[in-house]
Amino acid sequence: MEWLSTFPHLDDASLTALKKSIDEGFRTFTRTYGGGIETFFQPLQFFLIQCERIMTRTPWPIVILVIAGLAWLASRSVKLALGCVVMLLLIGFFDMWDDTMKTISMIFVCTVLAIAVGLPLGIAMSRSDRLQNTVNPILDVMQTMPSFVYLIPVVMLLGIGRVPGLIAVVIYAVPPMIRLTNLGIRLVDKDVLEAADAYGSSGWQRLFKVQLPLALPTIMAGINQTIMMALAMVVIAAMIGVQGLGQPVLKAISNQYFTLGMFNGLAIVGIAIIFDRVSQAYGRRLQRHMEVAHG
Amino acid sequence: MVNTGGNSTGIQIRNLFKIFGRSGLEYVDKVQRGMSKTELLEKHGHVLGLKDINIDMPAGSIQVIMGLSGSGKSTLIRHINRLIDPTAGQVLVEGTDVVKFTPLDLREFRRHKTAMVFQKFGLLPHRTVLENTVYGLEVQGLPRGKQVEAAMTWLDRVGLTGFENRYPNQLSGGMQQRVGLARALANDAPILLMDEAFSALDPLIRADMQSVLLDLQKEIRKTIVFITHDLDEALRLGDGIAILRDGEIVQQGNSQDIVLRPADDYIASFVKEVNRGRVVRVASAMAPLGDGDSRSTVSIAGEATLEAAAYVFRQNDVDKLTVVDDANMPIGTISLREVMNAMLTTERALH
Repeated sequence: MEWLSTFPHLDDASLTALKKSIDEGFRTFTRTYGGGIETFFQPLQFFLIQCERIMTRTPWPIVILVIAGLAWLASRSVKLALGCVVMLLLIGFFDMWDDTMKTISMIFVCTVLAIAVGLPLGIAMSRSDRLQNTVNPILDVMQTMPSFVYLIPVVMLLGIGRVPGLIAVVIYAVPPMIRLTNLGIRLVDKDVLEAADAYGSSGWQRLFKVQLPLALPTIMAGINQTIMMALAMVVIAAMIGVQGLGQPVLKAISNQYFTLGMFNGLAIVGIAIIFDRVSQAYGRRLQRHMEVAHG
Repeated sequence: MVNTGGNSTGIQIRNLFKIFGRSGLEYVDKVQRGMSKTELLEKHGHVLGLKDINIDMPAGSIQVIMGLSGSGKSTLIRHINRLIDPTAGQVLVEGTDVVKFTPLDLREFRRHKTAMVFQKFGLLPHRTVLENTVYGLEVQGLPRGKQVEAAMTWLDRVGLTGFENRYPNQLSGGMQQRVGLARALANDAPILLMDEAFSALDPLIRADMQSVLLDLQKEIRKTIVFITHDLDEALRLGDGIAILRDGEIVQQGNSQDIVLRPADDYIASFVKEVNRGRVVRVASAMAPLGDGDSRSTVSIAGEATLEAAAYVFRQNDVDKLTVVDDANMPIGTISLREVMNAMLTTERALH
């Protein structure tokens, strides 16, 4: 009756052999294509480094002004813009300016990349039920797989550094972008689409003049989610060499520096709040036409 | 800009079938040989949408297609610009079969030959009134200046000057449908498809919009296909009326034909409540001119309604009117009693 108390499993030898052969296979793949893949991501590294440079080398008062200006443009709220200024001044005052700038540039590049990947994929999904049924389970895996796990193949392929970190963050953060783009387009009123068709819109006209503008508030919610998830991933990505606020947090964990961890953690929270409020305010402004209803 | 008199285009629908379901085409023959809608649904799981529709819609006239919900009228109008593809049959516009169009031909056809007004307006909620009105022209690729010029002209004609920068959501239903009408007219297409365009509006606003449409039609002379479930609306607007039931045409004719000679009990039961005074023409109630008949000093056109004749009687102290034709030649006489008899239905008279 031993099979009842111990789960009948593969014997250790064949299990080890299986793991070994998969690992070996992946290692061979890495050796053969690693170089090529690295070259493929070269432009990304260039983009990332340039962004970081701009953020860290620009004098801080200008950076604060630009960020506050963008916040005002997106939200048209002086209160929100002032909040950004105060938040950034505090961060700088506690000597976390450089790390914060590196994190912001990282988040910016991640978001751009997530939009570049997620928007077309979401649009494609909204047009084909079959694609939707294939992609959805993959997104489920991407979102539930512990993020440490997919650091492993990324590091094996690309080593340690910014780009593998960036890719890990994007994999983690892109699903809401894809899902909400798909959802937003699918929720567009059928009557409106019929009218667009009746006036002879081409596929592109239909997409750019009707579907995307009407899905935009939902897509903005997706971008907001993507930013928040990317920020949550910053500390984990620091483990494979992404610079920024994650590094001191990591240091604080291994050395039990409570205050250092707290300060940097709060700085991450601070920029998360800025990004969240600004992008939400912008999303609301996109829906202005819905608000003032006829009485 | 406004006048498009020369390019009106008639529509002919020939043997049109629409059977919803996986393999509709297989059942066209069976339906033609008399399979009923119920049998088709219960035994074969297909829904009969339209059965053997034949309509001639002359250029420059208003063709009303009337029926209750589920009669297939909205399906039918969507075959003209092929928002729905037929199972079998032809839709001829300028002698070309719309059904055979390639997707590209179809897009050009929709851009330049048709414009559509929808029951639920179909406005783009993220665009202002002006941006909605230019939509058809924008899709055609017209220069922005011309788009705005045409849109402003038509917004003015439907009485929306000053509302250009509002969003549809800020307007009442009636005003939203004016935007829908302006958008359709700005397109300057010879065919105007109106799918229950006024059904969602309050009765007063509906009557108002009907007047707007009739006034405009006097100068634009487009081929208008108008779908409605309201007989009064059908009788008021239609040069020709086709009555649809369960996907079949039960009667076609002008308003007088429908009211005076309903094809079956179904139509008769509709027609019972109609105000005949506004539908029936003097010419069909008059006594033809015989030799030596006494003529009246007051005359009325044969095309006038009985109601108009009643007004003439009220204003003039005579007991007969001379009915004249278009050339002002006398063709008959009509008395007050004859007007009254024609205005009141027989059944009512018995009670």
